[in-house]
Amino acid sequence: MSRLAERFRQLKRDGRRALIPYITAGDPHPDLTVTLMHALVDAGADVVEVGVPFSDPIGDGPVIQLACERALAHGTGIRDVLAMVARFREKDAETPVVLMGYMNPVEIMGYQGFARAAADAGVDGVLIVDLPPEEMGELSGCLADSDLDPIFLVAPTTTEQRMRTICDHARGFVYYVSLKGVTGSGTLDMDSVGERVNRIHSMTGLPVGVGFGIDSAEKAAAMGRVADAVVVGSALVKQIEAHAHDHQAVVREVSGLLRSMRKALDAEAAPQTA
Amino acid sequence: MSNSNAVQDAVDYSRFPDAEGHFGPYGGRFVPETLMAPLAELTEAYLRYRNDPDFLAEFDRDCADFVGRPSPLYLAERWTKKVGGAEIWLKREDLNHTGAHKINNTIGQALLASRMGKTRLIAETGAGQHGVASATIAARLGLECVVYMGAEDIQRQAPNVYRMRLLGAKVVPVTSGTRTLKDALNEAMRDWVTNVDDTFYIIGTVAGPHPYPMMVRDFQSIIGREARQQILEKTGALPDALVACVGGGSNAIGLFHPFLNDAEVAMYGVEAGGFGIESGKHAAPLCAGKPGVLHGNRTYLMEDENGQIIGTHSVSAGLDYPGVGPEHSWLKDIRRACYVSVTDDEAMDAFHKLTRSEGIIPALETAHALAYAEKLAAELGPGKRIIVNLSGRGDKDINTVATREGIEL
Ligand SMILES: Cc1ncc(COP(=O)(O)O)c(C=O)c1O
Repeated sequence: MSRLAERFRQLKRDGRRALIPYITAGDPHPDLTVTLMHALVDAGADVVEVGVPFSDPIGDGPVIQLACERALAHGTGIRDVLAMVARFREKDAETPVVLMGYMNPVEIMGYQGFARAAADAGVDGVLIVDLPPEEMGELSGCLADSDLDPIFLVAPTTTEQRMRTICDHARGFVYYVSLKGVTGSGTLDMDSVGERVNRIHSMTGLPVGVGFGIDSAEKAAAMGRVADAVVVGSALVKQIEAHAHDHQAVVREVSGLLRSMRKALDAEAAPQTA
Repeated sequence: MSNSNAVQDAVDYSRFPDAEGHFGPYGGRFVPETLMAPLAELTEAYLRYRNDPDFLAEFDRDCADFVGRPSPLYLAERWTKKVGGAEIWLKREDLNHTGAHKINNTIGQALLASRMGKTRLIAETGAGQHGVASATIAARLGLECVVYMGAEDIQRQAPNVYRMRLLGAKVVPVTSGTRTLKDALNEAMRDWVTNVDDTFYIIGTVAGPHPYPMMVRDFQSIIGREARQQILEKTGALPDALVACVGGGSNAIGLFHPFLNDAEVAMYGVEAGGFGIESGKHAAPLCAGKPGVLHGNRTYLMEDENGQIIGTHSVSAGLDYPGVGPEHSWLKDIRRACYVSVTDDEAMDAFHKLTRSEGIIPALETAHALAYAEKLAAELGPGKRIIVNLSGRGDKDINTVATREGIEL
């Protein structure tokens, strides 16, 4: 069983929701990324999502764009990111790691080269923002051969038919984008999110995560009521940005915010397990 | 994919792209999931209207009465004589309303937007020509218009920024990344992801996700259809070669496409060589790049060993783009068209030559095509004919030219 499947199985057994933080590798500095990943786990992360910096992140709002620019200023490339995951794995063999990024860095490594290197480093899932299932081509087989779970987004605009296609291709979990927009923007409409998540649940046995625009413990808790996992990105990256030159403060603030979300999420879950 | 010459003869170019927008291995639809449904909706609407007599009649009427088409095909006699080689004919897109070929495409897309019930147009622009063309058609149709433009390009193309504002468009400076055309495109995509319900994104070139490369090509093909008919009427024969500059590639594909099945017509796309290919400071992905994925399609790109898109350089803002339309990537691989580059200096030289010998001030983008046409004319020699796409006029560039020559206006 893949690390992701195993983790979600445990969570289900315990009646808990997954908390999935996102950080961009190399932000604010490549030396801090592995430390930060461990700190996220200590603060309650069930899965860690690591962003591969890209020069043209069209799915991201200003917060993650700037994170990419900070990481790229230090020259953090896809091979460096895989090396960071490998170092994380030296001390943490359990926590699933999902890479999130864009297609071009994967193209340049070659599908098979990328898949093998990612699996060797200890990556579990791969989410490529600008790669719909229709364009997967041979990458699909390469990921499968290396036991990597392809993770796909479902958006508020996704039709029923596409939702089915996506659910057929997805492994690990399905990621529902809770708003029309880029990362870190907008306000959430809780009712419509609940409805859409239920729709996805009716099509697949995979867990459903919700992300984009979750920036407080309250929102995390509310999302935890409808989804199996809550993804938090820009809110954490904002803390990194605010303290970019003080690495201790980055770890402290990011951990603090994540811990508050963990607490709120577990408080929601508690009555169900009681 | 095969790229042998033998395959070339068998290709039916009208059958590309396939239903998913692929030209061989290029093109396609690489976008965040939120845009997949709007792109499907756009494709469906476009396929419905591309053969709709009312839609086509309105497009033709606007091309005639609003743009001033057909644009003339003009024999540049004095310049031809000076070069002393093949005859050089100019397809005068500079005479279009707003001064470039860009208006052909914006009219097509804006008419489609109205039929789809969209009330807000957005566009990216580099040189400002596509932004001006979008603002123009938005004013004419009474639609809201927002144009994204790199902060650097806003500096270089100040007159066009003011024209857009006069036309009622909101010009949004883009300060991320390299602050040029590619970043403006990123920002326009983000706007579209956020405002998909009421917004139509008018892409200004044959790049972007399917259906844009096909749709923009179709609207711009009016250039080649007219030119083919005009040259046959004026000379009784097809030309030996076509030459056009390539930024994203819309004026080039517009000229080339109606001639693709004419095997005897050679085609040259001219990229911006900047300070020279060997300097690394250029905007010539077809000449010096590698295939990759950017802005929704697979195509040749300028990128580093980590797959990051690298900064480009060209004296002309409209060619300063690290990618290129996917159909050009395919035409390069199957060798139906040939892609070359000329430097900033060569383009400047050609700019002055055409201005002085024909009384036509060309856009700096166009000057790249002219510089190569001059070389090609000399090479082919007398008795041959070349059509150059004179994609735009150079009024917008006079500040750039003056500054390069140490003149303050
Ligand atoms: C006059 C002119 N020619 C050419 C171009 C390049 O675009 P494309 O390659 O799409 O024709 C531009 C772009 O701004 C332009 O303004």
